[in-house]
Order: sequence, then C-alpha cells, then structure tokens
Amino acid sequence: MNAVPVSYYLVLSAVLFGLGVVAFIFKRNIIAVYMAIELMLNAVNLAFVAFARAWNQLDGLVFVFFVIVVAAAEAAVGLAIVITIAQNRRSLNVEDVNLLKF
Amino acid sequence: MFVLNHLWIILALPLLGAATNGLLGWKWPKWAVNLAGIGSVSLSFLFVLELVREFMQLNAAQIPWFQRYFNWISAGVFSVDFALEVDQLTIVMLLVVTFVSLLVHIYSTGYMAHEGGYARFFAYLNLFVFFMLTLVMAANLILMFVGWEGVGLCSYLLIGFWFLKKVAADAGKKAFITTRLGDFGFTVGILLAFWTFHSIDFGTIFDRVSSMPVESATGIGTLTAISLLLFAGAVGKSAQLPLYVWLPDAMEGPTPVSALIHAATMVTAGVYMVARMHPLYSRAPLAMFVVALVGAVTAFYSATIGVLQTDIKKVLAYSTVSQLGYMFLACGVGAYAAGIFHLMTHAFFKGLLFLAAGSVIHAVGGEQDMREMGGLRRKIPVTYWTMLLATLAIAGIPGFSGFFSKDQILEAAGAGPRANLWLWLLGLVAAGITSFYVFRLIFLTFFGLPRYNENKVHVHESPRNMTVPLVILAICSVAGGWFAAPHLVGGSDYFESFVHPVFASYQPQPLVAQQESLAGAASEAAGVHPNPVIELARAVTGPPVIAAALGLLLAWWFYIRKPDAAKRAIESMRGLHTLVYNKYYVDEIYAALFVRPLLWISTNVLWHTIDEGLIDGAVNGAAHVSRGAGGRLRKIQSGNARSYASWVVIGAVGFTVLLLGLWMVR
Repeated sequence: MNAVPVSYYLVLSAVLFGLGVVAFIFKRNIIAVYMAIELMLNAVNLAFVAFARAWNQLDGLVFVFFVIVVAAAEAAVGLAIVITIAQNRRSLNVEDVNLLKF
Repeated sequence: MFVLNHLWIILALPLLGAATNGLLGWKWPKWAVNLAGIGSVSLSFLFVLELVREFMQLNAAQIPWFQRYFNWISAGVFSVDFALEVDQLTIVMLLVVTFVSLLVHIYSTGYMAHEGGYARFFAYLNLFVFFMLTLVMAANLILMFVGWEGVGLCSYLLIGFWFLKKVAADAGKKAFITTRLGDFGFTVGILLAFWTFHSIDFGTIFDRVSSMPVESATGIGTLTAISLLLFAGAVGKSAQLPLYVWLPDAMEGPTPVSALIHAATMVTAGVYMVARMHPLYSRAPLAMFVVALVGAVTAFYSATIGVLQTDIKKVLAYSTVSQLGYMFLACGVGAYAAGIFHLMTHAFFKGLLFLAAGSVIHAVGGEQDMREMGGLRRKIPVTYWTMLLATLAIAGIPGFSGFFSKDQILEAAGAGPRANLWLWLLGLVAAGITSFYVFRLIFLTFFGLPRYNENKVHVHESPRNMTVPLVILAICSVAGGWFAAPHLVGGSDYFESFVHPVFASYQPQPLVAQQESLAGAASEAAGVHPNPVIELARAVTGPPVIAAALGLLLAWWFYIRKPDAAKRAIESMRGLHTLVYNKYYVDEIYAALFVRPLLWISTNVLWHTIDEGLIDGAVNGAAHVSRGAGGRLRKIQSGNARSYASWVVIGAVGFTVLLLGLWMVR
C-alpha cells in the first residue's frame, strides 16, 4: 500500500493544534477563541483518524465521533452563552467578562 | 435498718437541693427556694438522727458499717469503689455537719433576705453540705478526696459570692490556691499510701498497717512520710501555719458562710482526716510530733494576732485558726477523742459566734469595725446574750462546753502518753490570750458608749429566723460539753467512751499496754482519791481556768475599767504592737517571697518571652509565611483565561519535553 505516511498527518495535526493554541491565547474575541478551540479539537480528530488508519483499529474512529458529538453540544451551549454575553455587555471581548474575578 | 441500708439518701438529698435550686431556683419565689434548700438539709438531718438510732442497735462486730454502691475506677490492682462507711467518728461528724448546716440555712433566710443571688446562695450551701457529707462518709481515700476538693470548691464559690467586689473574688482565689498547695501533699500522700498498701480503702489500709511496727521518731519511714504528706493537706484545708493566710481573707464571704464553712465544718476536715487516719499516725511518732507542734504553735500564734484585730469577723477568723490548732494539738498528742470533742463544741460555739457577729453587723447596718460599735447590749439583747454564752464557752469558763473540751486537750498535752511540757505551755498561754481577745470583742461591741452615729444607724434586733438558730446554738454551746462532765469527778466521759472503739482499734501494741497501765494507774489514783468534790475542785481551778480568768480580767481592765490603760500599754510597746497589728507582716512576706517573684516570672518570662515570643511567634510566623507565599502565588490566579491557557500550554510542553527526555535517556 503506497499511501501517504502517517507522519504527514501527524505533522499537519500538530501544526493545526499549534495554530489553535496560539489563536486561543492571543485572540480576545470570544468567537475567535471558540473557533480556536474547534481547531484544536479537529487537529486531535485528525490525529485519531490517522492512527486508526495506520493500525487498522476502529477505536480511534469511535473516539472521533464522540469528539464531534461533544463539539456539537459545546457549539450549541457555547454559542448560546456568547449570544447572551453579547446582548448583556455589547462586547465580545473575553477580558470584559470578569464579573466573578476577585 | 432502712437508713443503714440506704446511706446514700443522706448524701443525695442536699445534692438534689443544690441541683433544683441551682438549675431552677432563679425563677422561683423565695419560699420555694427555702423549701428546696432547707427542706433537703432538714430531711438529711432527720435521716441522720434515724441513722443514729439504728446505729446504736448494731453490735460491735458490725461497726464500721460498710456499704458499697458501684465500682467507680478500675485499672489493674487500682480500684476505687463508691463506698460509704459509718462508725462512731462518722456519726459525730454527721450530726455536727447536718445540725449546724440546718441552723445556718435557717439563719441565712434572714441574713440573705435582701441580697441578690438568693437561690444561687442556697444551691452552693446545699452543694457544700453534699460534699462535706461525702468527705465524712467516704470509705476510701479517693472518695474522701472528692469530698475534700468539693468543699474547697464550694468554699471558693461562697467566699467569692459577691464576685463583683474585687476583694471578695481575690479572697476566693487566695483560698483556693493556698489550699491547693496543701492538697498537692495530700495527693502525693494518697499515691504513696496506695503504693505502700496496694489499696486505698480505709479498712484494708488499717488492716495492713496494724501488722506494721511503730516507726522511729527520728527518721522518716514510709508511714511517717504518708502521714506528713496527708497532714500537708490538713494544714492547707484547716488553715494551720504556714498556710493559714487564706482563712482571715475568707471573711469576705457572707457571714453564714463564715460560720458554716470557715468555722464549724469545712476547716475541721483536716482534723477529721487526721483522726480518721489515726492508725497511721499512731505508728509515726515524728508525724505526731509535727502535728502537735504545728497545732500548738498555730494556736498560740494566731491567738496573738486576734488580740489586735479590729474587724469583728477577723478576730473570729484568727480565733478559728487558733482553735483548730488546739484540735491538731490534741490529735498530735494522741488524744483523738478530745480533738474531735473540741471539734464538736467548737462547731457550736464558733458557729454561734459567727452567726451572732453576723447579727451584730446586720444590726449596725453592715459595719464590721468594732471601733464603730459599742453599747449594743440593750439594743440587741438576744444577740448579746447568745454571743456572751458562746464567748464564755470559747474562753473555757467552767461549766461551758469549751471548758470541757479544752481542758481535755491540755490535760492530754500535759499528762497524756505523749505529753510535752512546752506544747502544753503554749496551749495554756493561748487559752489565756483566747479569753482576752474574745472578751475584748464582747466589751468593745456591747459595752461602753455607742461609737457609731446614732442618728444615721438604726440599730435593730434581727428577725426571728436569725435569732432562733442563735438560741439553739447557745443551748448547745452551754450543754454540748456536759457529755464529758463525769470525767471531772473521776467518772467516765460519755463522749470519749462513745468514740473510743474507733480509736482503740488498730492501736500499736506497745502503746496499748502503756495506755492500759496508765488507765490502771488512773483507776488506782481514783481509788486513792475517791472524793469527787476534790476532783471537781481540782478541775475548775486548774491552770486553763486560771489562764482564762486572767484573760477575762485583763480584758475587763483594759476595755471597761481603764480604757486609757490600753492606749498606754500600746504606747509602751509600740514596736511589738505594730508588728502584731500588721499580722506579723506574713502576707507581705509571702507576697515578697512567693507571689511577686512568681508574678514577675509569669509576666516577664512566661508571658512576654515564651508566650509572646515563642508560641505566638511560631503561630504568627506560620501565618506570615503562608500569607507571603500566598501573596506571591495569587498573581498567577489573574482571572485571565488566556493566561491560564498559557500555563496549560507551558505545562503540557514542559511535561512532553520531560517525557521525551526520559524516553531518550532510556
């Protein structure tokens, strides 16, 4: 089988994850932060799929489905929160959400 | 046989009274408090009377009557039962304690009528009666110690009854702490007794002791050590030299308390204890000598202080210390029966003196200084006459109770098996001084011209509930000695023959022989002088009577006949007067020797150095370190989600690098 080696996928996954981390740390817009999280989740998904393919195991694929389901739920709840924050504060800056900060 | 089989009832009643008055009395009306307080004690007294009747029907083999209720502490060979014991000595103490307590309770309804904390007062008094009865009925040393400490507690509570007055609160503390010094010796004595006899039950100890020989009079053997340690407790509780200082201060308490606790009952606990432990003392001649010496010296010493006191209650307090000294002198020369007899007569006449003094104070509106009294004779006749009878009794005028008991003590000190001329002489001189200061008290208070402001002070006789106890006690003060009267004419002394079985048992063998030979000699002597008239004449003109008469005459000369003579005498002995007037500066010496150094060490070393420096330093230091560390670390907890994310990333990267490194090393 002459396919793309698994390391390529892993490097891509690492790059995507790194971008997600950087974006998560440096972005201030909640939506952008949220997108960074999605990016990290999907980078991990990619790694799961790659490993599942490489070792011919289904476990990784199953895991990916779980991640997608959780991400979907998270999207529903998270976006609802984002909308509420936007309505209440007229701002999407994470640093403005500091009501519980001591 | 009901009471004999249920001895606990006598104890339980005052405890019940204390509990009801203490817990519920504060919202009860006075009559209910009286009912609970006096009712419980009078029932207890009636049960004691019934006990006496039943006790008389026992045969000699059944005495001491022993009742065990439950095992209290059990640890290996060490076992303490809640057990009560009744013998003739206990009977005497029970009668004295419940009888005087009852009268003082009744008196208190008048004396304390206008005071706050009425129910609290009666609760404390009842609690005291409970502990005192525990002390005298206990069948082992530990239970006795429980009563011993319990009466100390009640004494503390009642001295400081008016706790808002600083002197009263301080006096309470002083009493508690001073007696604690003696109690330390007492505790060690109990331990040593247990270590020696492997038991703390009186019966077992006495059985084991009876096979032991009499120890030498020069060295300290085990029995001598136990006896001396126990005596240390008695010195504290019964206010003997050098721990007597708390008793005069204890007069800050209400007067009925002074009468009951600090004259009639609690302070005599030490004498009772020595008499109870007589099998040990009889085998420890050195301890006996110490007891007699301390007693005689205290009797003399505090009598001299009493001469110059101006506070009516202080005179009586020093007099109590002095009379307790007589009781110890009696025990120390082996005349336990005479000591207990004096304990009984003293309970009557000194209790009466205090109650009458309370009545006087009541009459002149709270004044206690005798220099502000005078001429009260006709205004408060009942108080005057009863107090006069008590005075005649304590002075040892023939026919009154104090004469019989004091005469017996001095006779034992002068001619008994352990007679000692010097101790006898001290006791004799003290008897003269006693007579002087009590008559000085009477003359200053009741005779002469009034020295109080007659416009301001409305002198009035006390109400009936105060005078009736006075009259009853006056009758006892006069008649209480007549048990011993036949002794004067060479007959048998009823009191002594009643308690004789207690003190005759467990006597060391040589002494028994000696006493029998003495008794034989005495009966021979009686055979030689069969004439009771001569015996009587001898007794009533003996040295104690002469000393008492001299004291009386001197007091009369100084305070009635020639009032200036007293001043001149004081002038001529100014130095001595100042010394005695200031109570030999003992309080000041103790303050300089013990109190102030202790205070200094406590303040500067224990408080400022060890407590503030070391202990507080450690605690505050720990707090300081954690606060400093927290102050630094809280900066990480910025509340900024992105910085948290950075830390997570840093952590994850660091962890990965670590794992990689480990993997590569392997």
